[in-house]
Amino acid sequence: MSVLHFAIIAPLLLGLFIPLLHKKLPGLHTGWFVLILPAVLFIYFLRLIPKMNNKGAIQETLNWIPSLGINFTAYVDGLGLLFALLITGIGSLVVLYSIFYLSKEKENLGSFYVYLLMFMGAMLGVVLSDNLIVLYAFWELTSFSSFLLIGFWYERERSRYGAQKSMLITVFGGLAMLGGFLLLHIMTGSFSVREIIALSGEISSDPLFITALVLVLLGAFTKSAQFPFHIWLPDAMEAPTPVSAYLHSATMVKAGIYIVARMSPIFAEQATWFWLVGGIGLLTLLWGSFNAVKQTDLKAILAFSTVSQLGLIMSLLGVGAAALHFTELDNNIYMAATVAAVFHLINHATFKGSLFMVAGIVDHETGTRDIRKLGGLMQVMPITFTIALIGTFSMAGLPPFNGFLSKEMFLESMVDVLSLNIFQLSTWGVLFPIIAWIASVFTFIYSMILFFKTFTGKYKPENLPQKPHEAPIGMLISPVVLAALVIAFGLFPNVLSTSIIEPAAASIMPGLIDAGLAFDVNISFWHGFTPALFMTIGIILIGILLYTTLPKWKKIYGLLPKKFTLNNIYDNGLIRTESGSKQATNLYMTGSIRTYMLYIFIAFIGILGFTLVKKNAFIIDTSDVAPIGLYEIVLTLIIVAASLTILMAKSRLTSIIALGAIGYTVALFFLLFRAPDLVLTQLVIETISVALFLLCFYHLPKLNRKEERMKFKLTNAIVAAGVGIVVTLIALSAHSTKIFDSIAQYYIDNTAEKAAGGNMVNVILVDFRGFDTMFEIAVLGIAALGIYGMVRLRLSRRKSE
Amino acid sequence: MEILMSILIGLLFASAVYLMLSKSLLRIIIGTGLLSHGAHLMLLTMAGLKRGTVPLLGENAEAYTDPIPQALVLTAIVISFGVTAFFLVVAYRAYQELGTDNIDEMRGTKTDD
Repeated sequence: MSVLHFAIIAPLLLGLFIPLLHKKLPGLHTGWFVLILPAVLFIYFLRLIPKMNNKGAIQETLNWIPSLGINFTAYVDGLGLLFALLITGIGSLVVLYSIFYLSKEKENLGSFYVYLLMFMGAMLGVVLSDNLIVLYAFWELTSFSSFLLIGFWYERERSRYGAQKSMLITVFGGLAMLGGFLLLHIMTGSFSVREIIALSGEISSDPLFITALVLVLLGAFTKSAQFPFHIWLPDAMEAPTPVSAYLHSATMVKAGIYIVARMSPIFAEQATWFWLVGGIGLLTLLWGSFNAVKQTDLKAILAFSTVSQLGLIMSLLGVGAAALHFTELDNNIYMAATVAAVFHLINHATFKGSLFMVAGIVDHETGTRDIRKLGGLMQVMPITFTIALIGTFSMAGLPPFNGFLSKEMFLESMVDVLSLNIFQLSTWGVLFPIIAWIASVFTFIYSMILFFKTFTGKYKPENLPQKPHEAPIGMLISPVVLAALVIAFGLFPNVLSTSIIEPAAASIMPGLIDAGLAFDVNISFWHGFTPALFMTIGIILIGILLYTTLPKWKKIYGLLPKKFTLNNIYDNGLIRTESGSKQATNLYMTGSIRTYMLYIFIAFIGILGFTLVKKNAFIIDTSDVAPIGLYEIVLTLIIVAASLTILMAKSRLTSIIALGAIGYTVALFFLLFRAPDLVLTQLVIETISVALFLLCFYHLPKLNRKEERMKFKLTNAIVAAGVGIVVTLIALSAHSTKIFDSIAQYYIDNTAEKAAGGNMVNVILVDFRGFDTMFEIAVLGIAALGIYGMVRLRLSRRKSE
Repeated sequence: MEILMSILIGLLFASAVYLMLSKSLLRIIIGTGLLSHGAHLMLLTMAGLKRGTVPLLGENAEAYTDPIPQALVLTAIVISFGVTAFFLVVAYRAYQELGTDNIDEMRGTKTDD
């Protein structure tokens, strides 16, 4: 086990000790113990950057199930390291923030930090695993720990609803992704991502390939809240704010982005990939930003904004995939999209993390997150105000913040789509920049709403549940750090470009590494009068116009009837599934034994009858039958008559006697068939059985003793006749098909010689096949004990006394 | 003979199934009794009938009837007797406690769901 493996599972290991620390050291906030670990891990991963840039990827293998090709292979390349840095870096800040956000006395901190560490370890495992099965295992652990964190305040109904919804949707996607992984394994014989990438050229024509592609994308889309699976994210805002900041803006929702980026070298040559990733990404971008405008809750705005920004990154990854179709890389505008995706991924994590923390501070200090009640907090909370200014303006794509740079690169890539001459983009490609532009206008609007409605306007302290004041310094450190990064990356983007973005983009497009020089140029180059700049100016102008006229056009949100919203469809779907399955179950589980017997018998007739017909199995062979004598005919008639008597009998006594008659006749049949031991046993046992029946008959309760003939029921009769006919047909066919001779001759020859007996049946029972007899004795013993117990044990009567 | 027996067995099965689909507990148990008679006869029939004498070596016969199905049937008779006896006592106790032998009235308590 290497240091790298240890680093990945260290959060899980620390999680084991958290409850102990929490209990033994109640004086200190548990978060302080936790804080050390992500900070150390962050430094550890930082120090891997130069090592990786010199040597290429770092790889360590720990055998887990080698016979199945499932090993815990940690693989650190640019992409994995970027995510690991995000997870540990923002993780440290979030833990620090949570120390001041969550009260030591009121909250169950032991559980909180266990869940958070579990999530952190799982997330590191997802981004640093090379083995698909290990990746999947960590993937489900992120879903699971996210479920626990969303439902942290489990006494609230909305929390439980949000947790359940996110669990159902992400686990649905996770299972689909597992299916995709297994298909990849079937096609390539390997679970290793690198090996599959190496084989990707051969499998692209495989019939399973597109299915695998769609299944893997389902997993990525559900996790990353892409349309129409984004509905879980706004409801996950019931989680404590540090959790929203960490999981639902910076890390977990990017796991899907990570999967898309990681799988790009395998799938990205396909047009399906381009259209699904690019198209769904753009749709999500538009839908998320459009819906964010109508929200009134700070965290809801941020949730929809996250959805839309994730769509933006996703669409960039989709467009970036087109670069694989151009091997002459002199014109490297196609790869710019991938670089933009990676850059925006970092930027989004910084500004969205700080904005969530701002929302948390506002909530914490004023007692509400409703923008209709908030306003004029600028003077009261100057530091928070500054952070929010940086965050929202960066999100809107304004200079000099980092959001401006990545938004420019995004618009540029979308414009470049027009010049692609693949996948019929010459016609449909025009939609890309248009949608991107419209969505950016909405992004601008909701960013402005978020900022101005909270911090400017009239200060209305009477609307607020608490008297607001500036947050404690500890709560401000993390958002200040993030906001500082927003500015730093905005002013000096090249700090990132060679160290992190370039290797990350190179791992997304490994086939194009040779032309790696091109990456530098694109990131450094951010001045000049490009079409993107004019688009940005347009966004700002139209955005300001629309923001000021917001009350006039806000009515359009009422146009979509509530019935057709995705949430409503999800809720109704869930209710329908439940009531539908309940109805279906009630329909066939009637509670009556008779119905279940009917099912069993009908299935018996159906399956056996069908097989008989289908296989042409019915044969009658009369060459090997014994002659029929007079006795047999008489006995047969007796049995027939007795059976009819039972069926027709009015009194139960008659049917019991008729049953006895059948038993004795069967004994006579045994006599004719040369089976003396059977005759003896049958006679004795029939006698006892009839006596028992009579005992039962005698004890019938008086009130119900009115005797009546069995009512004729046609269905019962048909089913009974069917069973009888099927049994007869099978018996005849079986008798007519003799595949091999009996083994009886051995017993006949050896009964005297080897077993020293004369009665073959008895020798078989106690000697050749004595085991059967032993357990048959056991059956009788159990029956006797059971009967004794039933007669003597009267718990209900004892209780009533 | 085997064909006649097959038809007879089918008849026993049909009556048994018809009884088992009825409402009265006692009739159901009578049905199981008929069903086991049918099964026992079937076991014997499938081995072929009346070929040779009783399976006792003292007979010194040329051919003997197949002894294996007889051993099987003997075991089956005892087991079905044990089960039938148990069922009958179950039915008897059910009469005593519930006061009914109509299985449609035996549906557990309403509070179950």
